[in-house]
Amino acid sequence: MDKENGVGSSVGGGNGPGDSLPVGRRLAGMAWSLLFLLVPILGVATFVIAPFYDHWLPKDVSVHGRAIDGLFMFILVLTGVVFVATEVLLFWFMWKYDAAASSKPAKYIHGSHTLEVVWTIIPAATMLFLAIYQMNTWADVKMRRPRMAPSAEVVARQFEWRIRYPGRDDTLGTADDLFVVNDLHVPIDEDFLVQLKSMDVLHSFFLPNLRIKQDAVPGMKQPVWFKATEAGTYDIVCAEVCGWGHYKMKGRVTVESRADFERWLERVEAEQEATQRGPEDAPNLAAD
Amino acid sequence: MSTVTHPQAPLSEATRHEHGLAQGAPSLSTFLSTYVFSKDHKVIGLQFLFSTLVWFLIGGLLALAVRWQVAWPWSDVPVLGKLFAQQGGQMAPEFYTMLFTMHASVMIFLVIIPILSGAFGNFLIPLMIGADDMAFPTLNMLGYWFMWPAFIFFGASFFVEGGAAAGGWTSYPPLSTSTVSAPGSGMGQTLWLLGLTMVGVSSMLGSVNYMTTIILMRAPGMTMFRLPMTIWGMFITAILQAFALPVLTAAGFMQLADRMVGTGFFSPEGNVINNAMSGAGGGQPLLWQHLFWFYSHPAVYIMILPAMGMVSDIMTTFARKPLFGYRPMVYSIAGIAGLGFIVWGHHMFISGMNPALGITFMVATMMIALPSAVKTFNWLGTVWGGRIHYTTAMLFALSFVSMFIIGGLSGIFMAATPVDIFIHDTYFIVAHFHYVLFAGTAMGVFAGIYYWFPKMFGRMMNEFWGKIHFFLTFIFLNGTFFTMHILGAVGFPRRLADAYHYETFHHLQPLNAFMTWCAIGMVATQIIFAINFFWSMFRGPVAGRNPWNSNTLEWIAPSPPGHGNFDFQPVVHRGPYEYSVPGCETDHLMQTDPPNAAEVAATAAAHA
Repeated sequence: MDKENGVGSSVGGGNGPGDSLPVGRRLAGMAWSLLFLLVPILGVATFVIAPFYDHWLPKDVSVHGRAIDGLFMFILVLTGVVFVATEVLLFWFMWKYDAAASSKPAKYIHGSHTLEVVWTIIPAATMLFLAIYQMNTWADVKMRRPRMAPSAEVVARQFEWRIRYPGRDDTLGTADDLFVVNDLHVPIDEDFLVQLKSMDVLHSFFLPNLRIKQDAVPGMKQPVWFKATEAGTYDIVCAEVCGWGHYKMKGRVTVESRADFERWLERVEAEQEATQRGPEDAPNLAAD
Repeated sequence: MSTVTHPQAPLSEATRHEHGLAQGAPSLSTFLSTYVFSKDHKVIGLQFLFSTLVWFLIGGLLALAVRWQVAWPWSDVPVLGKLFAQQGGQMAPEFYTMLFTMHASVMIFLVIIPILSGAFGNFLIPLMIGADDMAFPTLNMLGYWFMWPAFIFFGASFFVEGGAAAGGWTSYPPLSTSTVSAPGSGMGQTLWLLGLTMVGVSSMLGSVNYMTTIILMRAPGMTMFRLPMTIWGMFITAILQAFALPVLTAAGFMQLADRMVGTGFFSPEGNVINNAMSGAGGGQPLLWQHLFWFYSHPAVYIMILPAMGMVSDIMTTFARKPLFGYRPMVYSIAGIAGLGFIVWGHHMFISGMNPALGITFMVATMMIALPSAVKTFNWLGTVWGGRIHYTTAMLFALSFVSMFIIGGLSGIFMAATPVDIFIHDTYFIVAHFHYVLFAGTAMGVFAGIYYWFPKMFGRMMNEFWGKIHFFLTFIFLNGTFFTMHILGAVGFPRRLADAYHYETFHHLQPLNAFMTWCAIGMVATQIIFAINFFWSMFRGPVAGRNPWNSNTLEWIAPSPPGHGNFDFQPVVHRGPYEYSVPGCETDHLMQTDPPNAAEVAATAAAHA
């Protein structure tokens, strides 16, 4: 059987009694090792090249996004180092300990207590550090809610974003509320608090440029807050599958100066007044 | 055979009789009891293997259809195009949602879980522990036949009105509980839930059987810490299934009740879907997510632990070296399983779950990276200082390690809650779980097939074509899945039939087209595997009992083993990984080889 498959051998190595080391098998071993070396090389290359072709984190226009991106890059470097180190080790062991490379017998060793302790404690400490290090950012984005009345309510529905502004009395749920669809406007450099709801199924309110994502759950009210730092118009994407039209549940968020924002609200108000007779007819889209 | 002779106990009359079974006069009833309703664990294992490989093909084709739409949305679909005559050959968006739902459902419930536990678990457990069969052969047979209702329910759901389930494999309510919320949420969704229940029943029967068999039926001398890692993987997986599955089954019935009886476990008060009231109300959609992930997170480990075990056994055989850190390997599998029960919330960081609870789950998730790291380092330690033989099985096993590193590390991004806000439900997570499940488990399964094929069919697979198969799969899988990390970094969302109308994503089409070409190449490559598999079954070179000069018990049985497995009672004298013991005549000492002086001296020196 030894000759047939070449696996296993009598003690002292060799590839069959009296054989010299077979060149063909050594070359094959080298080729396979190099194939595995391609993994870290091409892996790192992909991540290095991608940003130059704009295949990277979309432009961040929020305050907390900087912390998220920083954490992403930190983890990328950390995992990148571990990735390269382990993959190169694997390559090197494959290259060096190919049975066709030497006639030395395999090491008869069952493990190392010291090594086990080392490679348990170092990752444990790293992961614990990472866990603690990120908590503050998480709290900023999801827990330390600004003390203010909601700036707008977003109600998700198959397949649109219904947006309600509180109007002149700054209170949601009153007669002067302003209604728009798929068109969120927010003032620049101000805290903006969205009250997120869903009318029907799960949706997810995803603003890639603002590093915001929050599921909208029917029966629940989710607070979502952010502070936009750069004027422009950005995408609102639904990130939780919500039915056949999920892909086209597209909205836009426009970040603009306070003055532009007020002007836009007035225009919405004027349009709404023109199309509606009397406040009693205002559609009560999602009563609290 | 160049292996040492074994102290063979004489065959019992009963065993001889059973060995003659297959050669007996062919009649319909013996054919049925031997090959169809067999209670022989090996036949059942092979039944699982063939069924799951067929579904693997179906799941792969579903994936290609998904990839087609992502790369070239709304363009005429080849082959499938005739189905969409009304739309002029284009795929409808509801068809796309059905495709990704069923791709995932088929791959997870009909391929990965049954191929690991069902096919390899069944085939290997009695052989590797030295038992003549499972503890409950009839239960074992039922375990396989309960898969058939699942096959039929899943298969039939494609042809019912509205098509198969389209709510994602996670089946989140209210999309899945309301029959009017989507075209696929009618009969298709009901069949999906029924199919899922049947898979659960099958897994449960298997799990009870595996635990009992491993605890009670080990050969004399086979202590728990002499078990091969494959068996440890199967054992812990069986425990996971036994504890987690009832929750999913119960949740599945609750969802069925919501849909069919009018209860409101998962739908809130006053929910209006598609202008229709949905359900009784008073429920909570997040309740489903908690119950679902309480099973489905441990299920992630159900889908990898057996493969980890198999890969450990294969690597030691072809590195001709003892496993590095056997006990730490066992403890880390147990650690993964234990921690696996308290990390389910990391699927729900942005679901609306209390963000403070998110922190708890984040810390637990960070900690589960530890046992995975320990396993990886021990695999590297196993390769270090070995005498590596580059067989196809070894290449697949090594690629498991190489790819698992990627899948493990990318998990850390998602575990970091703030980063998860951005990459949740993007292609980053798609990259992550395909690295774990395809580049990890599926490569481990291929390794297992090439490795145990001689034991299953008594013949060797072709190594040359095996290596071509490995090489192309390895290249194409990385081309398909590695680039998904980049899509994820841009925020490219999963499950969108067409994302290019978003300004943020419109430039990503060429990269997606590249990935689709790689995916097509990857599926096409499996033709090589299929031909090799079936050709070798009948024409491959005949294998002896122990073609790889391996140590574990299955290799002392004939290839293929007859009913009853062993032609003598195996007695175990040592652990499974005694390769290259200094001073011994051969470089491997089988678990049944009698103790010898050189070994005693070597172990004493090693422990000194």
